[in-house]
Amino acid sequence: MSAAHPETTSGYIGHHLQNLQVCKVDGEWVWNHCQGNFWTLNVDSMFFSVVLGSLFLFLFWRVAQRATTGVPGRFQAMVESLVEFVDTSVKETFHGESKLLAPLGLTVFVWVFLMNMMDLIPVDWLPWTAGMIGIPYLKVVPTTDVNVTFAMSLSVFVLIIFYSIKAKGISGFTKELTLQPFNHPIAIPFNFILEGVALLAKPLSLSLRLFGNLFAGELIFILIALLGIWQLPLHFAWAVFHILIVLLQAFIFMMLTIVYLALANEEH
Amino acid sequence: MDFNMTLLGQTIAMIVFVWFCMRYIWPPLVGALDERRKQIADGLAAAEDGRKALEDAQARFEETVRESREKAAEIIQQAEKRAREIVDEARTDAISEGERLITQAKAEISQEASRAKDALRGEVAAIAVSGARQLLEREIDPATHQQLLAKLASEL
Repeated sequence: MSAAHPETTSGYIGHHLQNLQVCKVDGEWVWNHCQGNFWTLNVDSMFFSVVLGSLFLFLFWRVAQRATTGVPGRFQAMVESLVEFVDTSVKETFHGESKLLAPLGLTVFVWVFLMNMMDLIPVDWLPWTAGMIGIPYLKVVPTTDVNVTFAMSLSVFVLIIFYSIKAKGISGFTKELTLQPFNHPIAIPFNFILEGVALLAKPLSLSLRLFGNLFAGELIFILIALLGIWQLPLHFAWAVFHILIVLLQAFIFMMLTIVYLALANEEH
Repeated sequence: MDFNMTLLGQTIAMIVFVWFCMRYIWPPLVGALDERRKQIADGLAAAEDGRKALEDAQARFEETVRESREKAAEIIQQAEKRAREIVDEARTDAISEGERLITQAKAEISQEASRAKDALRGEVAAIAVSGARQLLEREIDPATHQQLLAKLASEL
């Protein structure tokens, strides 16, 4: 089934879950022997996410360049309905002026959706093709890589803190962290622990939800791929079900991003 | 679950993507949407205006027709009245003219009659005078007996 470890089931699964990595050891670029080295780049995650993100930007940019105020074409209509959808979601949730939030929501939604969609490509196709041209590992779904999901959720986390400070000032933000829910000096450490956990739980849950769903989905695809001929109906069934997860997780990621930023922007 | 440099790379990629979307994609698309919304609103408003204008024109048209009809009726009524008046006037004129003519004719007749009477009276007087002259066998001075003759003539 796969080029590198076709012999055992665990080898097959492990191979599928292994990123194509590159790191610098003693001044030399080393491929795939990077355990425990922080300065490692998951080349496949970077490649697919950047390609898909660029695809999104390119398609939407072309529509934006040619956007007519008259009768829109089909693709423009689709793009516009997406834009309207995100815009409505943002306006319903976020009460304030922000040039950033709506484009951020759109980017997150479409980008995560496209990355999740990679999950619907049969699991062996791309790794096998890559194996043919000498690439030993290839993990095609970027959102099954914690680095990708955490990069997004930590960016959102930075924005949460930025918006909190922007809306309430540093003192207001500090008060929010220390004087809630019990407004008493004695309760400050307790409040801080409580609010700190609540604050940190936001990026953590945001990224782990996406990662967990997609990783589990991918793993089930891999397991199904081990079943021989029976994988065909099962793969179909799971893929159909997975379309829902793909779309839903992209939507949830976008929606929670907006909700977290709206909460950060609001006075208590 | 191992974190590595990909985290940073992805963060940079995300910042660039969001920036690009915010700078080059979102504004023209939302601008186009807003512009189209405005055009549709304007179009609907224009349609509404047109409908109202049509209604106004219809009302004005009906009003004008009604007024014209009333005016025409009034004119006809006036004309009829005038015609009646003319006929009445003509009748009155004719009657008065007839009466005048009758009166005149009567006057003339009576004049003629009195003139004839006068003539007859004169003649009768003359006859009487000549008769008397013959009876008296002498000339009666008409100048002397003028008063008497006139008295006779008026008694005739």
